[in-house]
Amino acid sequence: MNYFVDKNGYYGQFGGAFIPELLYPNVKELEDNYLKILESESFKKEFKELLDNYVGRPTPLYLAKRLSEKYGATIYLKREDLCHTGAHKINNTIGQILVAKKLGKKRIIAETGAGQHGVATATVCALMNLECVVFMGEVDIKRQAPNVARMKMLGAKVVPAKSGSKTLKDATNEAIRDWIGNPADTYYLIGSVVGPHPYPDMVARLQSIISKEMKEQLLEQTGNENPDMIIACVGGGSNAAGAFYHYLDNEDVKLIAVEAAGLGVYSGQSAATSQLGDVGVLHGSKTILMQDEYGQVTEPYSISAGLDYPGIGPLHAYLHESKRAVFMNATDQEALDSAYELTKTEGIIPALESAHALAVLPKMKFKKEQVIVINLSGRGDKDLETYITHLK
Amino acid sequence: MGSRLNKILKENKKLLSVFFTAGFPKLNDTEVIIKSLESSGVDFIEVGLPYSDPLADGPTIQHSSSVALENGINLDIIFNQLEALKNSVKIPLVLMGYINQIIKYGEEKFCQKCKDCGIETIIIPDLPMIEYESHYQQLFTNYGISNVFLITPQTSEERIRKIDKITNAFIYVVASSSITGAKGEISSKQIAYFERIQKMNLKSTLIAGFGISNKSTFNTVCKYVNGAIIGSAFINFLDKNGTGNSSNFVKNIVKN
Repeated sequence: MNYFVDKNGYYGQFGGAFIPELLYPNVKELEDNYLKILESESFKKEFKELLDNYVGRPTPLYLAKRLSEKYGATIYLKREDLCHTGAHKINNTIGQILVAKKLGKKRIIAETGAGQHGVATATVCALMNLECVVFMGEVDIKRQAPNVARMKMLGAKVVPAKSGSKTLKDATNEAIRDWIGNPADTYYLIGSVVGPHPYPDMVARLQSIISKEMKEQLLEQTGNENPDMIIACVGGGSNAAGAFYHYLDNEDVKLIAVEAAGLGVYSGQSAATSQLGDVGVLHGSKTILMQDEYGQVTEPYSISAGLDYPGIGPLHAYLHESKRAVFMNATDQEALDSAYELTKTEGIIPALESAHALAVLPKMKFKKEQVIVINLSGRGDKDLETYITHLK
Repeated sequence: MGSRLNKILKENKKLLSVFFTAGFPKLNDTEVIIKSLESSGVDFIEVGLPYSDPLADGPTIQHSSSVALENGINLDIIFNQLEALKNSVKIPLVLMGYINQIIKYGEEKFCQKCKDCGIETIIIPDLPMIEYESHYQQLFTNYGISNVFLITPQTSEERIRKIDKITNAFIYVVASSSITGAKGEISSKQIAYFERIQKMNLKSTLIAGFGISNKSTFNTVCKYVNGAIIGSAFINFLDKNGTGNSSNFVKNIVKN
C-alpha cells in the first residue's frame, strides 16, 4: 500500500484542497512550487544548517532505563522537547519560513492553539525579519498567557479570534479569512499536517527529520534501524507524521497514534476524533472530524490545548482507515499521571500533549526485548501551572 | 437548461438578488423574509445554510449563522420551510452552503431534497472546480441542479474561460478580493477588473457579489455585469430592524 500523498493531493479518499476560489491562486502557487523548493540544494543546505545550529538537531534518542524496567520493554524517547522553543513545532516553521522567503512573501500569518506554533512562527519571523500576525482564540489567549507574552516579545501581533468557540478551530478560520483578504503578499504558515493540499504533505516532509534521525540513532544504538513500535500523540498530527514518516512503508514497525480522550471518550468532553468523528471537510481538507448529524463541527475538549482540535490530518485519517496505525487514547487524568511518572522516573517534565503518548504504556503488554520509541514532542514548561494545580 | 432562474437571467435588466441566512433573526423567519423580498421586486433569493465554520463569510454573515444555529436551525427544518413555500413563491431560490454540510447530510439525499423544494441552483464556496468535476457534476445534473462558480480579481483568464464553459446558471463575480462584508464603495481597481471581465464576452450571465451594499454600489456594478447579490448589508438591516420592513431595504436599492 502507498501511504504517501498521490499526485492529486489525496491519501486514499482523504485530503484534497476544498478551498474557496478566492484562495485558489495562493494554494496553487504553493502546490506548484513546494516540491521544487524543498528538493533544491539551496533549501536543503539552509534548512539543515538552521536545524543543526539554531534548533539544536539532531535531538537525542534516549534509552529510558527506569521507564523500560517498569514496563518490561526497551523504551526510547525521541527528545523533541529539547528543540529550541520547546517542541517539534519549530522544525516545520523553519522549513516553511524558507519556503515563504523563496516565494517572495513579506507577511506571515499563523494560527495557534496552545501558543506553541505561534511562538515557533514568531521566532522564525524574528530570525528572518518578516512581519508576523498570529491568530489565537480569545479563550486560549487567556489560558496561555506566557506564550502570548513570548510572541509579543518576539515582535508578533497576536489577534484574538472572537468567533465561534474562540479556540484553535476559530483561530484557523480567522487565519484563512485574513489570507483571503491579503492574497498577494501574505504566506499562511500552517502548524500541523492539516489544511488544503499541499500543506499536509509539506508539513509531514518538514517534520520527517524526526524519523530520519530515529533510524540513524536506532541503528547506532541497537544495531537495527527499525523499532518494534512508535508511539506519538495526535491532535492535528504533525509530530506523529514526522515520527512515522520514514516507517510508513515498513509494516513490521507498529505505529500507535494517541488521541486525547479528555474526561473520557464518550463523556461529551473529548478530542478523540478517530473514535467520535466521521468523514467530512475541515479547514480545506477531506478528513475525519467531530461533527453533529448536520455536519456542524463540534467543539472538542482536552486538558492539552495542543490536542484540542476537532479533526486529524488527512494522512492520519488514512492511516486510521487502512489500519496502518492503531489509534488509542488517553484521558486528562491518565496523561497527568504519566507526566508525573516520567518526571519522577527519568527527570523529564513532558508537555501535556506528549504525556498522552506516554499514557498508553500501562495499557499494553510488552516483551523485554521489544524496542519502543515514544516521540516526546515537547517539554512541560508551558504546562507547569496545570501540573501544579493537579499535583496531589 | 430551462430552469426558472435561467429565464430570469436572460431578461435584459439589472438583476437584484438578496442573500439571507435561514433561521435568522428568528428560527421561522424564512417565510416572511422570502415573501417580502419577492413582493418588493427582488429577482432571485439566496438562502444561506448556516454553518459552524463559514470560511468564506465575513463577521456579519458569520454572526447571523451562529445566531441561527443557536435558534436551532438545521437542514431538515430549512427544507421543510422551503417545501412549504414551493407553490406560493414564484422567484427562484438559490441555496448557499458549505460542502461538509452536504457530505454529512448525504449528497444524494441533499439533491433529492433540493428537487422536492424546487431548488435548481446551489452555491458551495468551498467546492473547487476539480472536485466538482470529479465527484459532483454528474450527481447534480441527474437532479437538475446547477452549480455556481465564483471568480475573483486573482482568477486567471484561462480559468475564467473554463468556468464559463461548465457554468449553466450564472458566474458569481466576487467584486473584491476579500470575504463578504459591506465596504460602501467600488474602487477604480474593481472597475478595471469588471471591465476586464466584460471584455471577455463570456456566454454566462454575470452576477456580482461581495461588497455591494446600497443603491450606489449596486448601480455602479450593474454597468458592467448583469446584476448583483446583496448579503451582509441586508443581514445588518435585519439585525437592526427585524423582518417587518424587509421590503423597505429593497425599495431603497431599486427605486429610481
